[in-house]
Amino acid sequence: MTQQAIEVKGLWKVYGPKKENVPLDQPDKLSKMEESREAVVAVRDVSFSVNAGEVFVVMGLSGSGKSTLIRCLMRLVEPTAGTIKMNGEEVTSLNNQELTQFRRNSAAMVFQHYGLLPHRTVLENVSFGLNLKKVPRKEREERAIELLNTVGLDGWEAYYPANLSGGMQQRVGIARALASDPPILLMDEPFSGLDPLIRREMQEEMVALHEKTHKTIFFVTHDLDEGIRLGDRMAVMRDGLFVQVGTPEEILENPADDYVARFVEDKKELFQEAKKEHGDDENREGMTEDVS
Amino acid sequence: MFPETWEFHIAGWINDFTNWLLTTFTAFFDGLSGIILSLLLNIHSGLEAIPWWVYILAIALTSYFTTKKIGLSVVLSLLPIAVGLFGLWDLAIETIAIVLTAVVIAILVGIPNGVLMAEFNRIEGLGRPILDAMQTMPSFVYLIPTMMLFGLGKVPAVLATVVYAVPPVIRLTNLGLRQVSQEVQEAALAYGATRFQLLKEVRIPLAMPSILAGVNQTTMMALAMVVIASMIGGGGLGYEVLVSINRIDVGRGFEAGISVVILAIVIDRLTQGFAKRFEPPSN
Ligand SMILES: Nc1ncnc2c1ncn2[C@@H]1O[C@H](COP(=O)(O)OP(=O)(O)OP(=O)(O)O)[C@@H](O)[C@H]1O
Ligand SMILES: [Mg+2]
Repeated sequence: MTQQAIEVKGLWKVYGPKKENVPLDQPDKLSKMEESREAVVAVRDVSFSVNAGEVFVVMGLSGSGKSTLIRCLMRLVEPTAGTIKMNGEEVTSLNNQELTQFRRNSAAMVFQHYGLLPHRTVLENVSFGLNLKKVPRKEREERAIELLNTVGLDGWEAYYPANLSGGMQQRVGIARALASDPPILLMDEPFSGLDPLIRREMQEEMVALHEKTHKTIFFVTHDLDEGIRLGDRMAVMRDGLFVQVGTPEEILENPADDYVARFVEDKKELFQEAKKEHGDDENREGMTEDVS
Repeated sequence: MFPETWEFHIAGWINDFTNWLLTTFTAFFDGLSGIILSLLLNIHSGLEAIPWWVYILAIALTSYFTTKKIGLSVVLSLLPIAVGLFGLWDLAIETIAIVLTAVVIAILVGIPNGVLMAEFNRIEGLGRPILDAMQTMPSFVYLIPTMMLFGLGKVPAVLATVVYAVPPVIRLTNLGLRQVSQEVQEAALAYGATRFQLLKEVRIPLAMPSILAGVNQTTMMALAMVVIASMIGGGGLGYEVLVSINRIDVGRGFEAGISVVILAIVIDRLTQGFAKRFEPPSN
């Protein structure tokens, strides 16, 4: 029996009007508001669940609502309607204090543009969450050093983010997310800003990390290859809707509609390769250093 | 000619109102006056106790360590010697004491107000037009209300200076806090920062260069105002300028004017160099 780490039901996010002025029960009225640009529907009645320990990928083109969705999970963006349950807690009904505790302990986020604090050293960035929780200095620094080792950045503690390459900054971002050992990781296009070689390397390291820690990972990408390579299951998102949810195989074999089919075209061969390579990955060492 | 019979005066009412204020809130005005005066006197006697060459040395060292430019540091530290040669050293110290007192008060008032403006949009909406009005008002105007309430002397001079000089530090605190990257703020929130932690750990440190630019501007405006505030008894170099104007003594006025300029240059460079130290590392 697998426990559900994330459970989302009927989630909507409409930008523009106030929450109570969104006519979710009147589709005609809502689509009129959309036409007049009065409202932007970024997430449209999305429901799904993610098993504990699973890597769940959300893939879609730019503007399909992926970032909005992942931000709703952390309530960085306030959902218009729907319920979100994560790690047994009903996120959508937490008050401010409970929400702060939830963010500190239950889930951590990795950002596309890293979101590191430019005025803090690498060490301070990694221990940032622990600092907010008032973990004693010695303890949080030991933890941060341990995690910098895990992501292959030992020796970089005293540098500032600006001194690091993109790939290294994202390693800091990942170490920061792991610092309070949350059961769930949310990643919003974490590797999109990196050049292809480093991106591949980071993907492999993420797979290794997942095999070691078995954390639940909610991963957003616009890159189908990346989704296939990393995801246990995938959702294809378009205009705020989940068009199809399934394993990468299922989606490649039976694209639900033209939109998915166009994504999937030419990818089947590549998928076969990826699968073979993935077998090799198992024997590979976890983290390699990337100094570029 | 404007018809004389139409003449209508409010001066009487204003005087009556001021008197009423003063008699009703005597304790408040006396208390405020006392606090400002003792702050000023302490700062002044502190500054007076420092020998002149220590100033020269301190300017040279501060300038060198903040900018790493030897030439600039030498010039900056030599300039004040001219003030001493003109025989205006003590007056310059008096001016600096008033500026420093006014800037300390302006910072204590200005930074919290800037933070409130950045935190609450409604306060910003309220504060912005007030700041705009304050900054378009000619500096002389501030002399009148402070004089009404505090008479002539150092205390009204300090207060007029504070009121005139406080807008930049408020404005740039607000601006600096609002300009902190949304992404960095979002990341901090995602890791469970409370509103106060976000302010203390992220927004204020990252807004520091902007806040210090505000302090720099406030200081420069305070210096300009102190010269004018000599009209209501501020003393210092401004008084020297005022006397020279009254006596049409161009030479003496020139020496005093140059001394003010020298103070302005030195203070400006030092505070700017200091502000640079607070910028987050970038490549
Ligand atoms: N704060 C906002 N206010 C109004 N509309 C917004 C806001 N944020 C996003 N949107 C709109 O919501 C839609 C979904 O945006 P979102 O950023 O979630 O997409 P995305 O899939 O993450 O795209 P990308 O790949 O470019 O990051 C877009 O049409 C966008 O313009
Ligand atoms: Mg996005």
